[in-house]
Amino acid sequence: MDHSGPHRPPKVPHPETLAVHAGQSPDPATGARAVPIYQSASFVFPDADTAAALFNMEVPGHVYSRLSNPTVAVFEERMAALEGGAAAVATASGQAALHLAIATLMGQGAHIVASASLYGGSHNLLAYTLPRFGITATFVPARDLDAWARAIRPETRLLFGETVGNPSVDVLDVPAVAALAGEHRLPLMVDATVTTPVLSRPLDQGAHLVIHSATKFLSGHGVVIGGVLVDGGRFDWNASERFPTLTAPYQGFHGMVFTEESTATAFALRARREGLRDFGACMAPMTAFQVLQGLETLPLRMARHIESTRKVVDFLAAHEAVERVHHPHLASHPDHALAARLYPTGCSAILAFELKGGRDAGRKLIDSLALFSHLANIGDAKSLVIHPATTTHFRMDDAALAAAGIGPGTVRLSIGLEHPDDLLEDLSRGLYASQK
Amino acid sequence: MQFIVQGYPAFAYTGGRPYSPQPPAVVFIHGAAFDHSVWQWQSRYLAHHGFTVLAADLPGHGRSPGPARTSIGDMADWVAALVEAAGLPEAALVGHSMGSLVALETALRHRARVARLALVGAAVPMAVGEPFLAAARDDHPAAFDMEATWGLARNSTLATSPVPGSSLHGAGRALNGRAHAGVLAAGLGACNAYRPDMAAVRSLDLPTLVIAGKRDQMTPMKAGLALAKEIKGARVVTLDAGHSMMTEAPRETLAAFMDFLRGS
Repeated sequence: MDHSGPHRPPKVPHPETLAVHAGQSPDPATGARAVPIYQSASFVFPDADTAAALFNMEVPGHVYSRLSNPTVAVFEERMAALEGGAAAVATASGQAALHLAIATLMGQGAHIVASASLYGGSHNLLAYTLPRFGITATFVPARDLDAWARAIRPETRLLFGETVGNPSVDVLDVPAVAALAGEHRLPLMVDATVTTPVLSRPLDQGAHLVIHSATKFLSGHGVVIGGVLVDGGRFDWNASERFPTLTAPYQGFHGMVFTEESTATAFALRARREGLRDFGACMAPMTAFQVLQGLETLPLRMARHIESTRKVVDFLAAHEAVERVHHPHLASHPDHALAARLYPTGCSAILAFELKGGRDAGRKLIDSLALFSHLANIGDAKSLVIHPATTTHFRMDDAALAAAGIGPGTVRLSIGLEHPDDLLEDLSRGLYASQK
Repeated sequence: MQFIVQGYPAFAYTGGRPYSPQPPAVVFIHGAAFDHSVWQWQSRYLAHHGFTVLAADLPGHGRSPGPARTSIGDMADWVAALVEAAGLPEAALVGHSMGSLVALETALRHRARVARLALVGAAVPMAVGEPFLAAARDDHPAAFDMEATWGLARNSTLATSPVPGSSLHGAGRALNGRAHAGVLAAGLGACNAYRPDMAAVRSLDLPTLVIAGKRDQMTPMKAGLALAKEIKGARVVTLDAGHSMMTEAPRETLAAFMDFLRGS
């Protein structure tokens, strides 16, 4: 957000404060300082009139935990505050957040333009599953703005990419793609799982919707599956004239027109009142509580993740067993300058590298690492390693793999919170073993 | 629902009910650079509980095109014209912040059109600081940050929202940030310049409710209470909220409206 010039905005809480406090008053019933776990499926109506009013959205409040829950709401409001959004909807997983967003915006016949550098699960949904429901996608190289523009069709309803692609660590030029989306009166949604609101706020860079897998850095402990969808509140659905789910009467809710009901949170409203109601992929209160435990330390953790990643990147880049390292920290990376502009404090604790010796060397490396856990996740407190071509992206053919920047010998690391010297020692031993 | 008012289309949300000009009617008037949706948690309820509801978008705001009015008097004339265009003999007027001044001035200029008056976050005069005015004149993002931040109780983001999953600050910032260029400056300038005929205010013979926020950073509670003292028989309700009581304390604000509008 451009705050240049003579005018100074009022002071607002910093991200570190929001991460600890946003969305939570001490429990009014008990005074509990920690966020209580409201482990209740439903909530008592004080009287018949209020019950009817709650069901008809005449008054706000909790009815049934598939729609909203006090513990989950703290997480949602905290994420909305951290992202600078108008509202958020927590979901059962990051994939559920992606599906909820798409199902809220469009139906049969619609089209999505997506970056080719996507998490494998997101690629599956767009490339293989949604076409069965009449929604298709065109994948374009994340860095090729002309390709984004060429792929937009009259039936396009969404532009979608990851702030930092996984696993190739390419950086989406969010302001540029957002400007393109704006020219076409289309929303840009970004998956900001890798960057988190600590490293950047995509809504401030022009994006309209943000999703996260809360399983990753937001939690940081790797003990829950969750997701969240944040509505920036600024996209003009009426002016776009392409989103009848938000601008036309909805018979599933007494003819409600969501953009009339709430100008700024129409999208989140429909996602909750239809998407959570009918698809049901809500977040459980215990999950929200566990994510919140991690979220409190997110700014501290991200700083350490980034610091250690820089050390690992420099180490690998100088190692004779490594052909190439993919990370924007390196001046040789094509997104080095872009990353420095969009992510001045660092952009990713994920990195990928190509080992000399290809697939066999990769296998030896992974099997000889002790601190790096071999598993399908990122953003844990523990350092992680995986071979994408045989795991997370195994359904992609060679051409799609190449488009996503993945080679047969690509190894992906997620740098955790261990002491960086210990990580370098572990990698050193593994690299030595890989070349034997 | 769209009407034609002073030659331009005018949008008013009817609370999710088909429009019919049956009494009792309530017209909601929003503040500077906002729109009808600030009344989401009162307008829909009233429309489903026996009231004809029009939550208006003032000219140049929300879905109502046309130039934003630059004086409270012009806005008041527009509201009276809306009541007439909607086929209503009279209506209760509920106004927030700038809208409260518009409601008050409408009552002074067009008494026959006004059945009741509810003033939310009101102050007379409603002085606006020069830094805020200057930022608004430049349509600088800081102006909208000020509006969103000072428009709520201090540190509102650190508290639980009454609307699950919604950020009061984020939603307010997103809403006023959508305003067209010059609209915030026009509204703030109108508030700052407004000086009603206080003798006429004192002689108003109109059921009036003043709702003041105990943590209001824009129109402090004492200003609301002072205004209430000037209006004969005005009822006062104070709420544990900032300037935007209808979003910060939606149920309590609604309860105050229901008590007042039902004449209890």
